[in-house]
Amino acid sequence: MSFVDVAAALLVPALFPPLMLGVITRTKARLSGRRGAPLLQPYFDLARLLRKGIVRSRTTTWVFFAGPVVGLVTAFLAALVVPLGARGSLVEFSGDLIAFAYLLALGRFFTIAAALDTGSAFEGMGAAREAAFSCLAEPAAFFALLVLVKLSGSFSLAEMLGPGLPGLWTLGSPSLGLAAVSLFVVLLAENCRIPFDDPNTHLELTMIHEVMVLDHSGPPLALILYGSAVKLFAYGLLLVRMVTPFELETTAEGVAVSVAGLLLLSILIGVVESVMARLRLLRVPSLLVGAGLLSAFGVMLLVG
Amino acid sequence: MTTALALAAIACLAASGLAAAGARGRGPACADRIGAVLVAAGAGLGALSACLALAGRGDQLVVQTSLPGGALVFGVDALSALFLLPVVAVTLACSIYSLAYFRASDHPREAGRLRIAYGLTSAGLLLVLVARHGLVFLAGWELMAIAAFFAVTAEDRDPDVREAGFLYLVCTRASTLCLLALFALFWIATGSLELVAAPLGRIPLSLQSAIFALALAGFGLKAGLVPLHIWLPPAHAAAPTHVSALLSGVLIKAGIYGLVRVVSLLPEAPLWWGESMLGVGILSAVLGVAFALAQHDVKRLLAYHSIENIGIIAIGLGLALVARSLSRPEIAVLALAGALLHVVNHALFKSLLFLAAGAVVQATGIRSVDSLGGVAKAMPVTAFCFLAGAVAIVGLPPLNGFISEFLIYTGLLRSVAFETGRAWLLAVLAVPALSLTGGLALACFAKVVGAVFLGEPRSATARAAREAPAAMLGAMGALAGLCAAIGLVPSLIVPALTAACATVLSLPADVIRAPVAALSLLNLGVLALCALVGVALGLRLLRGPRGAAGTWDCGYAAPGRRMQYSASSFGELLVRAFEFALRPRVDAPRLAAVFPGPASFHSDVPDLMLDRVVSPASRALARGLNHLRALQQGSIHAYLLYVWIALVALLVATGASG
Repeated sequence: MSFVDVAAALLVPALFPPLMLGVITRTKARLSGRRGAPLLQPYFDLARLLRKGIVRSRTTTWVFFAGPVVGLVTAFLAALVVPLGARGSLVEFSGDLIAFAYLLALGRFFTIAAALDTGSAFEGMGAAREAAFSCLAEPAAFFALLVLVKLSGSFSLAEMLGPGLPGLWTLGSPSLGLAAVSLFVVLLAENCRIPFDDPNTHLELTMIHEVMVLDHSGPPLALILYGSAVKLFAYGLLLVRMVTPFELETTAEGVAVSVAGLLLLSILIGVVESVMARLRLLRVPSLLVGAGLLSAFGVMLLVG
Repeated sequence: MTTALALAAIACLAASGLAAAGARGRGPACADRIGAVLVAAGAGLGALSACLALAGRGDQLVVQTSLPGGALVFGVDALSALFLLPVVAVTLACSIYSLAYFRASDHPREAGRLRIAYGLTSAGLLLVLVARHGLVFLAGWELMAIAAFFAVTAEDRDPDVREAGFLYLVCTRASTLCLLALFALFWIATGSLELVAAPLGRIPLSLQSAIFALALAGFGLKAGLVPLHIWLPPAHAAAPTHVSALLSGVLIKAGIYGLVRVVSLLPEAPLWWGESMLGVGILSAVLGVAFALAQHDVKRLLAYHSIENIGIIAIGLGLALVARSLSRPEIAVLALAGALLHVVNHALFKSLLFLAAGAVVQATGIRSVDSLGGVAKAMPVTAFCFLAGAVAIVGLPPLNGFISEFLIYTGLLRSVAFETGRAWLLAVLAVPALSLTGGLALACFAKVVGAVFLGEPRSATARAAREAPAAMLGAMGALAGLCAAIGLVPSLIVPALTAACATVLSLPADVIRAPVAALSLLNLGVLALCALVGVALGLRLLRGPRGAAGTWDCGYAAPGRRMQYSASSFGELLVRAFEFALRPRVDAPRLAAVFPGPASFHSDVPDLMLDRVVSPASRALARGLNHLRALQQGSIHAYLLYVWIALVALLVATGASG
């Protein structure tokens, strides 16, 4: 990798993710007939939160602050595992797709612990839901990744989604299609979007992610918002790379296609959030299991 | 030299409790110290012996006797050494912990007896590891199993403890019975009881398979593979905590060691060996963690997690066996190295978790996670150690559990990528099963950490907790340090792993070097970045304006401690998802009138295998065997008569066949 590649691989996941949140919000506003906030509003929010003071609950310990820190660091490292184009990624080794999943799991563990640290009934409720739903989302994600492993014969995301990707689509497009659909469902679940969770709701009883961070304020809250944007970016980039099997030669091409794809994905998420209602909590598991079965079929097509 | 050191270690460990009992006259504190010093000496000698063996200086010690099955052979090779290291580390840590946890002055009745049982258990365990002869192996096995029974039942005034001890005794007898049959078959097959690899093609395959099936049953009982795990949760809950840590950390690994040793002696395994091991492993991993999620008693919960982790180890072993049968050396090495490293890792983090949980139980007197809470403020070091153990056991970076699970995953992914056919189908299923296990373990440990250490205390005793004494903290800190060392610098243990893999598979094991080096960098990166962002946030916290308030409870004016989300509620969504397997017993009030009276709610999840299968079956068996009671005369003459009749019958039978 050249200097430009490294700079792009570091700067895009560092700077771009909040824009995706802005695009989603704008899409939802437009579809409901409003003008909507500026596209850059998430950046303004982050800057504002970083300047603010911190109020913490007297119940909490250091774990309360470890949640935002670990959540952001793990999301960022996970984003570095996914390649921006065909020229490799910054964190790349054989088996790095497992590291991708387990880094995000580490972030989740500390986010849940931070929520429980407040001793609030509502945050406990959100934490329980987060833990339960991600148990079901993870096998689905692994089945989807198994499709890529089986087709490409490699264990590193940068290689799977590298120059050989167009060839994979000619080899096993049905399986890859199924895997992509299931990965999209996992993306919505893991990033707490509708139909799993409503990031805009103000009824604490029904929320998952937002309710877990009710007690955070100021800079730690900024870290959480930024971290969840980076997590959305990481999952989104994985999905976008998977469904854009073009011959990408230069860094600029890779970045352009990825960014364009992520913007389209953000609009898609905005549309989904506008036209769908949140599912009843008890029906969430069946949707996740369904997504897992879709990609399991994808694997079976290749193994059988 | 190497083996002689190991034997000296065994002597020290066996003598530790007895010597302390001899010095009882000088006061309880002196007895405690003598016991600990001898255990430390034994651990040091054992570690030295293991290091020598790993440095390629393993040897054997032969004692000529007239016993059947050839000369008595002792030996330390790389495989023994890899198991020796965690055994001595955990034995020592638990012994130091017991200096403060189980003082002779506090437990005058039990302490001496427990110390003897503890020393003999660890001595027996070491003897199992150095035995190269069936009889020595069985002697070590029995010593370990019987001494462990006395260790588990140290506090035998409690009827629950006696019941758990009885269940353990029955299971360990059954396990020994299987092993007796195993070694008898081995003797028939090879004409010797020396544990050396059987020459190819010498033993008929049916006999080999019978040996493997007996090993799976006998060693599986000790290791706690589902469905043979029934003794494990009650015994771990009943034993004093440092004994639970020893049981869960290293004693059940004797079962894994036995399995690995036996399959290394039988190089031409048919495919079904590996497949059955993989299947049992998947079952143990998923069911173990699902049952753990539903437990209220923190020690029972940790015991079910041992079943889960034994399942993960079995997945690795099973894959290695499948790969060996189909001659795929790389997959076999990755899977076996992952399984063996997980043995070491689980020994470290599981004993760490037990010790930290025991510290909380001692400080508060409460074992139910639903009655604790907020303990981290009073016991910050214990809380930190438990948190580290939790991160390690869930298999998260940057600690050691991640490295071993990663190696098993890599072996599985390699088989998914390059192999096709029915033989590998279970390997494909093992990947999502392993990730489901990981997710459930994360949920379970988030629950325990949150319910025990974080939030507000749910009871007055939880509020009054005090930090554990230095000896207990030291033991926990050392184990946590080892977890971090293997996680951050795994190259420390790679030579031991490659040597052990080479012993079992007779294959070079360099393939694990590259992934382990990459993981080391990743783990260091995670730690460094977290430290960087953490320090930045900390500075901002110190400089900027800050305030403290009560927890925001959504506008509710007076949030109480009992309004916190309890551990049972936390697990409820997942327990309900696994209802078909867990069969929770729920005792919920029925609201009948408009103004219902006071009501209580109770739920628990009994062990399905024990309650629905084993107990009814053994009751039926006992009824069927009732009429045999007539034989029980209680008179020694009658028993001598029985022995004589049996002897004559045997003579007649062998005379007739010969």
